[in-house]
Amino acid sequence: MTDRLDAIVARGLAVGYRGDVVVEGIDLRVATGTSLALVGTNGSGKSTLLKTLVGLQPKQGGELTMLGAAPGAAPKRMGYLAQFHASGFILPLRAIDVVRMGRFPSLGLLGRATSEDRDLVDWAMRTMGVADLAKAPLRSLSGGQRQRVYLAQVLARRADLILLDEPNAGLDAGGRERYLAAFAAELHRGAALVTATHDISEAIEYDQVLLLARRVVALGSGRDVLTPDRLMETFGIVIRDPHAEHAGRFTVAERTHGGPQILDLGRVPDERPAAGSTPIP
Amino acid sequence: MGPFIDPFMDNGFMLRALLAGVLVSIACAVVGTFVVLRGLAFIGDALAHGVLPGIAGALLIGAPGIVGAIVGALAMIGGVTLITRRSRLSSDTAIGLLFVGMLALGVVIVSRSSSFTGDLVAILFGQILGTSWSDLQLQLAATIGVAVVAAVCARPFLLLSFDPEQADVAGFPSRRYHAIMLILIAMTVVVSFQVVGTLLVFGMLLAPAAAGALLAHRIGSMVLIGCVIGALSSYLGLLISYWFDLAAGASMVLVAVGFFFSAFLFASWRDSRRSPELARPTGPSVAETRS
Repeated sequence: MTDRLDAIVARGLAVGYRGDVVVEGIDLRVATGTSLALVGTNGSGKSTLLKTLVGLQPKQGGELTMLGAAPGAAPKRMGYLAQFHASGFILPLRAIDVVRMGRFPSLGLLGRATSEDRDLVDWAMRTMGVADLAKAPLRSLSGGQRQRVYLAQVLARRADLILLDEPNAGLDAGGRERYLAAFAAELHRGAALVTATHDISEAIEYDQVLLLARRVVALGSGRDVLTPDRLMETFGIVIRDPHAEHAGRFTVAERTHGGPQILDLGRVPDERPAAGSTPIP
Repeated sequence: MGPFIDPFMDNGFMLRALLAGVLVSIACAVVGTFVVLRGLAFIGDALAHGVLPGIAGALLIGAPGIVGAIVGALAMIGGVTLITRRSRLSSDTAIGLLFVGMLALGVVIVSRSSSFTGDLVAILFGQILGTSWSDLQLQLAATIGVAVVAAVCARPFLLLSFDPEQADVAGFPSRRYHAIMLILIAMTVVVSFQVVGTLLVFGMLLAPAAAGALLAHRIGSMVLIGCVIGALSSYLGLLISYWFDLAAGASMVLVAVGFFFSAFLFASWRDSRRSPELARPTGPSVAETRS
């Protein structure tokens, strides 16, 4: 294949809930085997855009084609990790049962699981480092272990288009490394990847970055888009560290009081960072 | 064979009651599992009460009670669906009012009948000792139907319990399978009301499955535990009611609820013994962080 196929094409897309538009005028083209990071604060429209892409929310305007069809028309080829909220009641399931659910779209109602399905489940659990927890009840796992199991479920789908909503949540250093390696391999396999994240250092590695703040702030390559000025437009505060800047590592925080501000660690700021900002590491 | 078997061998009505109890227990365990997992207890309760005016109306005009029960259940499903989709009010409030309204309507209708108390008690608490062979055939058919539908829909039901959005994304529309689930609950309530009554069918729907949820680590074993506890409750309840001359349906439900609280105590004790282990971090994640 010389030409990359389009996994996502959006023109003038508006997303939101029941006529309440959150973000409009989104123009996107994501080819298979490439990645897109959605970066923005809470409530910036990242999750709403993801839900519209997978077909859970109807679009509020514009055009949207997913894998050459309407959103939600190709469930077998789509993998989606939602933002999980800790529920009070956890189902009586073992970790492996959760990962097996990843094969349901391909199996349909009554299809029997083949050795290929079982191999994919085993491989996904090994990849996320939870193979030895396979028989453990879900309720006995920690939050980070559960997140690994959910990521293994997405991997087991072998999807052509993978959409992840804050996959980093709750992962420890080892889990984060495994997650990055696993989904880099999925990209290499030819899947398209869309990830909503707060993590600037992760986002800069993506082919495209879409900065959202209830509007499109910028779309482009990570190095073009993730500049202090643009990040300030998005987050309201940027902490600049000259020792880490070469890697594009800005620390961003939401500024709750006062206007936008760039904190430059080269010069000690007169003012303490506003409440709610991320402490300087 | 002694006092544990003889009542069922010597009396045809006791044997039929036991068979009916076991069949109802199986249907209730299958459906109840998903009621518990999806937190539909309140809707199940509403359905169990929603059939009352239907049955009462049918009795009043001389139609078979089961026809009235079906009409009542369908009306209740329609009402609940409308409320959960349209209302900006918490659905708990609206469903609660709906079922109190249906209950009151049922009692009002029954009060028109000549043998008010007798009919009401029969509807609310069932007449398991009056089970006929044709009742049993109907219950057998319904139990098989419920089991087959639940087996076919096992994957979407599991996804729905896990996360309705995941069901949608996986190509199993959550609304469709939610509706199928409601119909299964309604079907179970409709065929079970003759055995344990509309008030107590809810206990058989919930108690064995909830005990299963506390004890099992897999959904399959949860259904199985629910079936066994339900069947045991039917047997023990009937035995107790026979020897101590107590109401049969209520005895069955009482035993089932007793099983639930025993399971609850056992599970709490088991978890409290296990928790020190869980607090100590083990497994691959720790090894990785340290390396």
